[in-house]
Amino acid sequence: MKRGLDGPKPEERPTPSGRRNEQGIRIDPEVEATHTPRRTVISALVTHEPGVLSDVSGLFSRRQFNIESLTVGPTKNEAHARITVVVEEPDPGIDQIKKQLRKLVPVISVRELEPDAMRRELALVKVDADRPDRVAAVAEMYGGKTVDSCPETATIEVTGARQKIEAAIETFSQFGIREISRTGTTALARGTDSTGASDSASTADEVLSAETANQQRTQSPTHSTTDD
Amino acid sequence: MSERAAKITPADGEEQDDDQITDSATPDAVTEVDTDADAGSEPTPKPVTTGAESVIRALENAGVEYAFGVQGGAIMPVYDALFDSDIYHVTMAHEQGAAHAADAYGIVSGEPGICLATSGPGATNLVTGIADADMDSDPLVALTGQVPTAFVGNDAFQETDTTGVTTPVTKDNSFSSDPDRVGSDVSEAFALAREGRPGPTLVDLPKDVTKAETDREPDEPRVPETYEVQERADPEIVAAAAERLENANRPVMLLGGGVIKGEASEACREFAIEHEIPVVTTMPGIGSFPEDHELSMEMAGMHGTGYANMAITHCDTMLAIGTRFDDRLTGGIETFAPDAELIHVDIDPAEISKNIHADYPLIGDAETVVEQLRESVTTSPKATKWRAQCQQWKSDYSMAYDAPEDEPVQPEFVVEALDEATADDTIVTTGVGQHQMWACQYWTYTEPRTWVSSHGLGTMGYGLPAAIGARFAADDDQDVVCIDGDGSFLMTLQGLSVAVRENLDITVAVLNNEYIGMVRQWQDAFFEGRHSASDYHWMPEFDKLAEAFGAAGFRIDEYDDVADTIEEAIAYDGPSVIDVHIDPQANVYPMVPSGGDNGQFALAEDQL
Ligand SMILES: Cc1ncc(C[n+]2csc(CCOP(=O)(O)OP(=O)(O)O)c2C)c(N)n1
Repeated sequence: MKRGLDGPKPEERPTPSGRRNEQGIRIDPEVEATHTPRRTVISALVTHEPGVLSDVSGLFSRRQFNIESLTVGPTKNEAHARITVVVEEPDPGIDQIKKQLRKLVPVISVRELEPDAMRRELALVKVDADRPDRVAAVAEMYGGKTVDSCPETATIEVTGARQKIEAAIETFSQFGIREISRTGTTALARGTDSTGASDSASTADEVLSAETANQQRTQSPTHSTTDD
Repeated sequence: MSERAAKITPADGEEQDDDQITDSATPDAVTEVDTDADAGSEPTPKPVTTGAESVIRALENAGVEYAFGVQGGAIMPVYDALFDSDIYHVTMAHEQGAAHAADAYGIVSGEPGICLATSGPGATNLVTGIADADMDSDPLVALTGQVPTAFVGNDAFQETDTTGVTTPVTKDNSFSSDPDRVGSDVSEAFALAREGRPGPTLVDLPKDVTKAETDREPDEPRVPETYEVQERADPEIVAAAAERLENANRPVMLLGGGVIKGEASEACREFAIEHEIPVVTTMPGIGSFPEDHELSMEMAGMHGTGYANMAITHCDTMLAIGTRFDDRLTGGIETFAPDAELIHVDIDPAEISKNIHADYPLIGDAETVVEQLRESVTTSPKATKWRAQCQQWKSDYSMAYDAPEDEPVQPEFVVEALDEATADDTIVTTGVGQHQMWACQYWTYTEPRTWVSSHGLGTMGYGLPAAIGARFAADDDQDVVCIDGDGSFLMTLQGLSVAVRENLDITVAVLNNEYIGMVRQWQDAFFEGRHSASDYHWMPEFDKLAEAFGAAGFRIDEYDDVADTIEEAIAYDGPSVIDVHIDPQANVYPMVPSGGDNGQFALAEDQL
């Protein structure tokens, strides 16, 4: 007995020549869509209730978004908290993050900060204090403050953009670093621009065809600016 | 000790002591229940006196008629309050069944189904059903008992972090910690379950909170302010999409489950027919468009029809509504509708460009957006050749099968016979496996909300409890048929006890191949026929088992039995089970191997 159905075999069928890339965008041979990851800061205003942080972090891990740091703290309205997430993803991923975040019921607003946003991180660096004068000099170079010292160690507090912290740590390493604790980035939009305002751009984003989205993407590698 | 202060309020409503703390570790003050009150004749219901009563009141206010669940320690106060309610409680044999029944109730009725379970094992038994509802965006409210607040976090008896466990599989969940708020939490969960993109919500109810006294009536079902749903799509994009459709040469409509949930089936039918656009559905979209209509290409995807897959592969414009582009539909992303510009309608912005890039994103309610499109599309696409091509594909790749008399019964024949023996509005539920695919392929669906299956999660054991839930939501004269697999049925057949107790008129046809057949098919195709753990030659006799439960049992071994036995089983007024011994070697075709090209579907094993 026959097993299977009738009809032209796969190789006898016409196949379209078009293709999509892994993000489901039709590949336009003229403008090959490439999506390289970029680092960006997403700021979400959430209701200050138990479980929000785990909702948010769970969302990131479940959907396999590449998260670099996540900080949370109260805002001027005590019923709200702000979550600042630094992510490194290609644009479609960043878009998904914003949209998925916005879907969580306790999330009030989500926006991606402009590249010129103020970003700060705090690090505590505990080094060997064999040469206290040189440690102090390096600390001063990075606008750091010695917050603890004893004959064996000195602990310096440094704040600033991530690159600055990284540079400071690099320089401190000559003394022998015992321990480091870093907070991750927190950020606010510049000037009168409100960080809490919902990022309405994302709906408009969709209007962009793959090509225009692609052009945009190449123009905006997000790197820290004046904050350093 | 918890920080929550329960208001102890005497039954007459006069507050005496605002600050008294209800300590869960000590016996609570006995709650006065006015048992003589003849609630039926009273114009207003008697006032709420406990957290549990406000929970039930919230359900009543929301119009809930049925709830599915299993009793237990931590949920007892809620059941006690339920005792006085007109809500009909269906005691299930297993909580997984309660969740599936509630899920199916939600699919068929459009209103959230309610399931109840106690803390710990009761709650974890619900999880599969909740996850199933989450994947399929079905409206469902789960209410779980929890250990008293003072014990939470201490590994108390039957404690599970239920909100923690269910966060990834619920639309929203909450731990209700305030007796004055608990009813409102349930109202809100109900509203959230059905608003926008539907989904399961859960409220965890600590025993001290439901036992505590309160006179607070629950708020009306309302979604929180932070939950916003966009109803109408951006008119500019609508106009652009309309223009694209008008200029299409090879248009296709792809209807997903969102069409049915958004009550957009009628609007989509009218739109497709008016502009003569061929229609393909996803598996959850089955029933959104009548499969006996000329424009219907039926279901696409892994086991979709050859013609549906040819149509989506070769179209130049796709109007996709309410679908999330599951990989079982798309196959490999690179080869999915590679020439098509995509107009994507969805109420959930996160579905737009998640898997397939949308050229025209239309965020909004399916029915509203289709109406917007109807107003904008003034000329139909010129697609006469394309429609002829689609009809050609229908005959090239017809869903025909051989059924020689002297061979074992073919499953396709059984599905068609069941379809013939029942009315058009019959509700079909299934388990997961080959039988589910045959039920998709060989039953002709014409109405929305008649196809009830586990799509996204693919949960074996879904069929019988879903039939139970569907039965409560269905019209009295509507038939409910469960097409099940032997392996799937075995997973939740304890639900038969419920069907017998409630005397539910459902017919279960177990397509018994003594294999977990879908696995056997894949092993034959991709694992050199090594049947590791897929051979189920130890299956019980399901007809006798049904009789042991008190249901009617039937058996089919050959073609001559099919029509008569099916007729008898359908006619039986109560639960019946037909043990249908089918060809154990029967396979499901067409098939697109996972991640493959939809246009390259195999029609037989040697094409895989
Ligand atoms: C709960 C669960 N466990 C395992 C699977 C994996 N699985 C998918 S189909 C299938 C076989 C189903 O067998 P059966 O119910 O007998 O149906 P048939 O394929 O034979 O029609 C299995 C084991 C599943 N889908 N669900």
